[in-house]
Amino acid sequence: MTIDVALDCGLAALALVMGGWIIAARGSFAATVGFVAYGLLLTLAWVRLDAIDVALMEGAIGSGLTGALLLRASSRLRASETSALAERPSVVLRALVALLSAIVAAMLAAAVLYLPEPAPTLAPDAAANAGATGMGNAVTNVLMAFRAMDTMLEKVVLLVALVGVWSLARDRLWGGRPGPYYPVNPRDPLTFLAQMLPPAGIVIGIYMLWAGADHPGGAFQGGTIIAAMWLLAIFAGLTDAPPISSKRIRLALIAGPLLFLIVGLCGLWLGDAFLAYPVAYAKPLLLAIEFAMTLTVAVTLALLIAGPSEREPGP
Amino acid sequence: MSSLADLFTVLAVSAGAFFFMAGTVGLLRFPDALTRLHALTKADNLGLGLVVLGLLPRAEGALAALKLASVWLLVLFTGATVSQLIAKAAREGDKDDD
Repeated sequence: MTIDVALDCGLAALALVMGGWIIAARGSFAATVGFVAYGLLLTLAWVRLDAIDVALMEGAIGSGLTGALLLRASSRLRASETSALAERPSVVLRALVALLSAIVAAMLAAAVLYLPEPAPTLAPDAAANAGATGMGNAVTNVLMAFRAMDTMLEKVVLLVALVGVWSLARDRLWGGRPGPYYPVNPRDPLTFLAQMLPPAGIVIGIYMLWAGADHPGGAFQGGTIIAAMWLLAIFAGLTDAPPISSKRIRLALIAGPLLFLIVGLCGLWLGDAFLAYPVAYAKPLLLAIEFAMTLTVAVTLALLIAGPSEREPGP
Repeated sequence: MSSLADLFTVLAVSAGAFFFMAGTVGLLRFPDALTRLHALTKADNLGLGLVVLGLLPRAEGALAALKLASVWLLVLFTGATVSQLIAKAAREGDKDDD
């Protein structure tokens, strides 16, 4: 028991130090690398709290995907970074920002510390109704059935984020392919990695989706891994990023939310409410939605990192 | 029998932890990027390999053992490739400095 407490305290202290270091770091590249390490520490913390689903999510999205997005942003900012650092904001402004951050942190801490005892929870209800969907993983039950509305809107938000990234492209490049073309270098170890890893990675991604019904995992984690494999092949030059005007890509982007909406509206017509699944078909319906979601998540995340169109659209 | 398996686990995981620590010391103490990479990859390959080896007798069934082993193989493969990429970037960075 004591060694567990020591481990948890060490983890918490490391996460705090890492957080402080990210704030103190001057260069955006160093801060981003710190952020990725911080995300991995948080992943361990979630594992220690027995929240494996959240840990997978933090590792894949919080640390991996966000880290990759920030790295790309920091490499784009590299040219202007020295001049940006030279323009140090005034003492008053910095003091105000510090004060605001401290107030937000204090309010969050107070919200956690003054939770009523026992904390309000719907966990017993979720556990009692777990049989309704035929899935064994309580988190998947909550995400896909009990709080399906939130999950659907979350995917729509991702789509809006992608539209935001796309809109950064210049007008004449609209509809073209994102990023530069990466030429293949057969002697580069990256080419070897991109040839060898995706077969295993795609299987692991689909396995995570499939295992998500009864064990930790699910559409988001599986989709992230598949997106990473696709990006690996793009960066190695083995395949090219698709033009963002491609009809197939657009269809893949809306497949998940679309199926979710159709099933939800059918629930309004056949069942009791929007997104109410008929109990007899709950599991196959949920699995179908999860497969469509995985496709959408994989394509959305990969295109988010690939970025806005940077090449003239083809004929 | 089970105490023998426990002893094996303790020994192998401790040896793995030792390699992780040695790798970390190397990362902090070695003079340049290539030697630091060397220290790091040794920690990943041997350290994680020994930890996985130690956990194998505790795996619930052959499938779980296979998953543990594939975790090690995947880390081995990606670690080796990524360290090559970092080494290449470091050498090209050195050339730019000259």
